[in-house]
Amino acid sequence: MAVEEARGAGVGAAPRLSVGERALFAAAFVLPPRWTPRRVKTDRRYRTIDRYRFVCAFLFLPLAVYAVFVVSPFVQAFSYSLTDWTGYSADFTFVGLDNYARLADDSDFWASLGNSLTLLVLAPVATLGLGLFLAFMLKAGGRKRRNQAVSGVRGARFYTVLYFFPQVISVAIIGVVWAAVYDPITGPLNGLLEAVGLDGLTQLWLADRSLALWSVLFVLCWSFVGFYVVLFSAAMGAIPGDIYEAALLDGAGRATTFFRVTLPLIRDTVHTGWIYMGIQALDAFAIVHIMTINQGGPGNATLVTPVYLYKKAFDSGQAGYATAIGVVLLLVTMVFAAIMTLLSRRERIEY
Amino acid sequence: MSAISTDQPAAGSPAASRPGGGAARGRTGDAPPHGRERGGGEGGPLNVFSGAFLLLWAVLAAGPLLWVMVNSLRDSGSIQGAPFGWPDTLSLENFANAWSDADIGRYTLNSVIILAGSLPGTMLLGSMAAYVIARFSFRGNRAIYLLFAGGMMFPIILAVVPLFFVMDNLSLLDTRPGLILAYIAYSLPFTTFFMTAFFRTLPGSVAEAATIDGASHTRTFFQIMLPMAKPGLISIGIFNFLGQWNQYFLPLALNAENRERALLTQGLAELSVSQGYEGDWGALFAGLTIAMLPILVVYLVFQRQVQDGLTAGAVK
Repeated sequence: MAVEEARGAGVGAAPRLSVGERALFAAAFVLPPRWTPRRVKTDRRYRTIDRYRFVCAFLFLPLAVYAVFVVSPFVQAFSYSLTDWTGYSADFTFVGLDNYARLADDSDFWASLGNSLTLLVLAPVATLGLGLFLAFMLKAGGRKRRNQAVSGVRGARFYTVLYFFPQVISVAIIGVVWAAVYDPITGPLNGLLEAVGLDGLTQLWLADRSLALWSVLFVLCWSFVGFYVVLFSAAMGAIPGDIYEAALLDGAGRATTFFRVTLPLIRDTVHTGWIYMGIQALDAFAIVHIMTINQGGPGNATLVTPVYLYKKAFDSGQAGYATAIGVVLLLVTMVFAAIMTLLSRRERIEY
Repeated sequence: MSAISTDQPAAGSPAASRPGGGAARGRTGDAPPHGRERGGGEGGPLNVFSGAFLLLWAVLAAGPLLWVMVNSLRDSGSIQGAPFGWPDTLSLENFANAWSDADIGRYTLNSVIILAGSLPGTMLLGSMAAYVIARFSFRGNRAIYLLFAGGMMFPIILAVVPLFFVMDNLSLLDTRPGLILAYIAYSLPFTTFFMTAFFRTLPGSVAEAATIDGASHTRTFFQIMLPMAKPGLISIGIFNFLGQWNQYFLPLALNAENRERALLTQGLAELSVSQGYEGDWGALFAGLTIAMLPILVVYLVFQRQVQDGLTAGAVK
């Protein structure tokens, strides 16, 4: 291939190469630059060889690592999903779409998918809503000052720093911390309720079937709100101040300013953030795996699809079936992304 | 910058360095402005409400973490059934227990060893691929770019079962090199995507001058382009550091066999379970504190860069 390229580059002027010279060019392509034969180095086609040699050398390692550990597993996943492979032994048989047919009748799977979809819908709404509200309050919640249409609250920087805390610590730590916070006896949540005299409101939290998923949802939101406050603050900071001034002159209140000016102007950021949060909500693996009772319990109350997949693959030895679950999860992710992209088709506002 | 945010650094920097004072000032600052200014009447109640809400979320965001840190200093017996309280005596017994008995020290070391291989590896391989993709035209350039970028869309959980057996076949399962390679491979899509965009923004004239002076492509990359790409490398480096340090899923699947080699995140999850039997809350809280305090301190020092690094991908 290298020789072909070299010949292509030297059309016309350069003389045809003999067999021996071709071998030299090929050798130059494979060997490091310092061992390039003199005959090749002085040839005008050498620069092309040098370029391609560099491109191949630099791409080889990243592409090899990526192909072996990322691309090939993804491709294999589709074929394994059509087998009855246990994962324990090397032999398996092709069963066609049996795994998918089995999924249709698997009530645990449907319970997990229901929980995942609940998180997919509610987590972005709650997290982005809260993030937008807090970011706008930081940017425009301050007392009115002269010469400024809107002003940030004092200590806005301090608040964003605090809000961002959960984002830098490990999701494993978050899971363990919140498991302790929700603990009905030693946890501070019930302790706080008792301390202010609301004993009636104390709950079992993660042990309560009807509350467990909501508890997971809250932790999910808690860990991402800070990220969105920072993200939206930056986006809001990029909006020119005179736009706010114009809105103020037109007599817009703060709520109107938010819904009519700020929100439309940062729509793109909100949209990207929505997709990102949706993907995070569809995952939710570590929080559920670490925090909840029996990793998805009580019962199936907090079982999300990734955790179910993991249990099938590594606890009950149904690797083929687990990859089928994974393929369905991929489909859900893609449908979600497609819907979000369709919803966002609108003209971009430049400012 | 716009007019809205010009007062931010001035108001924020003293507050950030004095957390307690900052909160108090924030509260008084948001109080109704005595009707002096135009529009004060309209903004008054809203100001109080927003100030209260901002403060509430600050307590919620930092509260659980502070609670863990305070409790890490109390002895286990007194924590049981009494979530709130100050430590009677300052004792670091919990930390000693967590560090040696619960092996948090070893887990931390394991995590450091993995990161020492995976983080430089990710940065090097990612920027090598990104540089070639961004600045050289060749057949398949676009396809390779899309191959990397596409990796960001796929849920990692789908690949985990086949990945497990790929690792097993290469005898890389439950080994450090294997985990390092997996970390690198799954960090490559975003790193390459981000660095490609960054290399495209760099001016080409410097590299051209270097080539005219006789520098090889390799030398141009390492001595000219990489130093020029430093801001991008810092952002993506912070992103990868936190992502890999906090990784839970990959070690759980690929590094579960050998307890001695468990990473910090695995060790904490395990400690959380075993604490349920032994009731040693103190050691658990101390372990959590050991795991999160260094990260939080580093974050407080480099807050701006960390926030930029973590949100960089979403803005692009």
